[in-house]
Amino acid sequence: MGKRVGMEVSIAAAEAVKQANVDVISAYPITPQTHVVEHLSELVANGELDAEFFCVESEHSALSVCLGSSATGARSFTCTSSQGLALMSEITYIASALRLPIVMIIANRTLSAPINIWNDHSDVMSIRDCGWVQFFAENGQDVYDHVFIAYRLGEDRNVLLPVIINMDGFTLSHVIEPIELIDQEKIDQFLPPYKPVLSLHPDRPVTMGGIALPGIFTETKKAQEVAIRSSMPKILETWKAFGEMTGRYYHPIETYKAEDAETLLVTMGSFGETASAAVDKMREEGRSVGLMKIRLWRPFPFDAFKTASLNAKQLVVIDRAISVGACGPVASELKAALYEGHQRPSIYNFIAGLGGRDVAPSDFVKMVDKAEIEIEEGNKEGFEIYGVRE
Amino acid sequence: MTENLNVFAVRTLTQKEYFAPGHRACQGCAEALAIRLVCKALGRNIIIASATGCMEVVSTPIPFTAWRVPWFHVAFENAAAVASGIESALKVLMRKGRIPYKKIVTLAMAGDGGTADIGLQALSGALERNDDFIYICTDNEAYMNTGIQRSSSTPFGASTTTSPAGKVKMGQITWKKNMPAIAAAHNIPYVATACPSYPVDLIQKVKKAAEIKGAAYIHILSVCPTGWRSAPELSIKLGRLAVETGIFPLYEVERGQYRLNIDFPNLKPIKEYMKLQGRFRHLTDEMIEEIEKRVHKEYEQLREKAKKGV
Repeated sequence: MGKRVGMEVSIAAAEAVKQANVDVISAYPITPQTHVVEHLSELVANGELDAEFFCVESEHSALSVCLGSSATGARSFTCTSSQGLALMSEITYIASALRLPIVMIIANRTLSAPINIWNDHSDVMSIRDCGWVQFFAENGQDVYDHVFIAYRLGEDRNVLLPVIINMDGFTLSHVIEPIELIDQEKIDQFLPPYKPVLSLHPDRPVTMGGIALPGIFTETKKAQEVAIRSSMPKILETWKAFGEMTGRYYHPIETYKAEDAETLLVTMGSFGETASAAVDKMREEGRSVGLMKIRLWRPFPFDAFKTASLNAKQLVVIDRAISVGACGPVASELKAALYEGHQRPSIYNFIAGLGGRDVAPSDFVKMVDKAEIEIEEGNKEGFEIYGVRE
Repeated sequence: MTENLNVFAVRTLTQKEYFAPGHRACQGCAEALAIRLVCKALGRNIIIASATGCMEVVSTPIPFTAWRVPWFHVAFENAAAVASGIESALKVLMRKGRIPYKKIVTLAMAGDGGTADIGLQALSGALERNDDFIYICTDNEAYMNTGIQRSSSTPFGASTTTSPAGKVKMGQITWKKNMPAIAAAHNIPYVATACPSYPVDLIQKVKKAAEIKGAAYIHILSVCPTGWRSAPELSIKLGRLAVETGIFPLYEVERGQYRLNIDFPNLKPIKEYMKLQGRFRHLTDEMIEEIEKRVHKEYEQLREKAKKGV
């Protein structure tokens, strides 16, 4: 087994990038992403990682550099947050359509205005449809592990997609957690060097990024849709292989005390651990409450979600972002997923933890209390922003 | 003298085409000619990062391509950053022994909009880092691909679809942004201007840029008959007139040293250049005279710099 050491999650993420033997790193500083790239700079400066490290003049260029390097056959990494992600959003769509297996960690932070550097999921929700595989990490170990998982998955010649690892800003990125590091030999076995199917080289000239007229554009989008949908079995396979190596098995939807629960809390990201403490407390009180954690956001695991929600009477969905004028993006996704079913659980949607507002176990209890009462009273499609100070 | 030499010297160029015929550029497109010459100068061992623009649109309608060298298009404003990525990947992959060592030139290309406007930030970043690549700006002095809208590289007085000459306005009312000077201010080893009407000069500059370690910037005036409202058969002549009138002087800035490649003791009147183009049709003689004064002043300043060698 590998060593278990206490380290800041951002440092662990950078160590994983080093162990993944990344060739090109390109980034622009933004809070709370900075610790990842600072540590990577140190690793490169000390010769511990043989990579080209680019300090670019914007996030837009950070990802553009990665497209150039990835298309040339280099394993490429970038990391950003919030406004930075918004600025590079144009290029995120291009990376996936050109099938370039870049990996990006997003230290999730809200979007301005008002400007706020703290955590929620508004940034990544703004590029929800960008065509990348998107994971949400619950803790530091998840972040560390998923760097290897992301590269192995993305670079699989049957997948060839870029991958986002969402790491909640500050609540994950800046905390010290016990991380089990994996031995390098194991990593090298799990993740051999990247061998691109096509790359930019004069010996074999290719044209990448041409123009598609209406007569062919639809077909290119169909190909992309097929690609990301077909990545699902590969994702499961990669998790399985990783589990066999480390004993840590990951799933698209993970549950906690959920089998017989009438009420299911649904969370994404670091809310999961806090919510499980709340579930423990409610279970002690004899309440039938469980937890469902969404780890895989794109491609969305419809089947796994339907299976996990089969026995629940109601879902209390906690979104950490808001689609203003509609509801939380996760709730909206789940409602769509359940539409076909005959026995649909009620969905009560809370928006909580915006811009770094702390959400404690007691808050989850309060949200479940409120939702159960509201649903009892017939409000089956409830939506509210939790904890507004009035 | 120069003309005769050019007629002879172009025959020594390779017959090979890397930017293949059959692309969809307009008749008389000097930009396509410039790119063709650039590719001839560099040969097959290159990788191109192209910005969005005419050259991308005319050359790569899926599933066709006019490129016989590796070519990559990502977006409008990031050709320089993409080129940096390509260049760094080649460097690191060769260092790690994953691809065999070989000299491969990374070439970024963009139009004036993709360079002087929306791409300026990414370009400045790459020049400041002195990444080892050549950046070619093919300047046709407006957003021709989208329908002749003005850019910061559009010359004073030109009528475009967003700076139209009207009853109270005379067309573009700002002076052309001096991109070569901006590039030179980054202290990169090589900056040059070129024009496909002077093919040998252009090719020599591109070859020189390929030999230099670090960033090289070449600004190429590319006559656009569609946007300039000029006859397609006049493209070469117009390029020559741009140089001969002092409007677009051919010069190099090598490690900070300015050199005028062709100096004209007596510049031709700019009216000879302007009268062949519909975009200047509305200008009065007085206006042309005013423009000429500034052209001459700037030409003189350039000459002084070249004399001093700074």
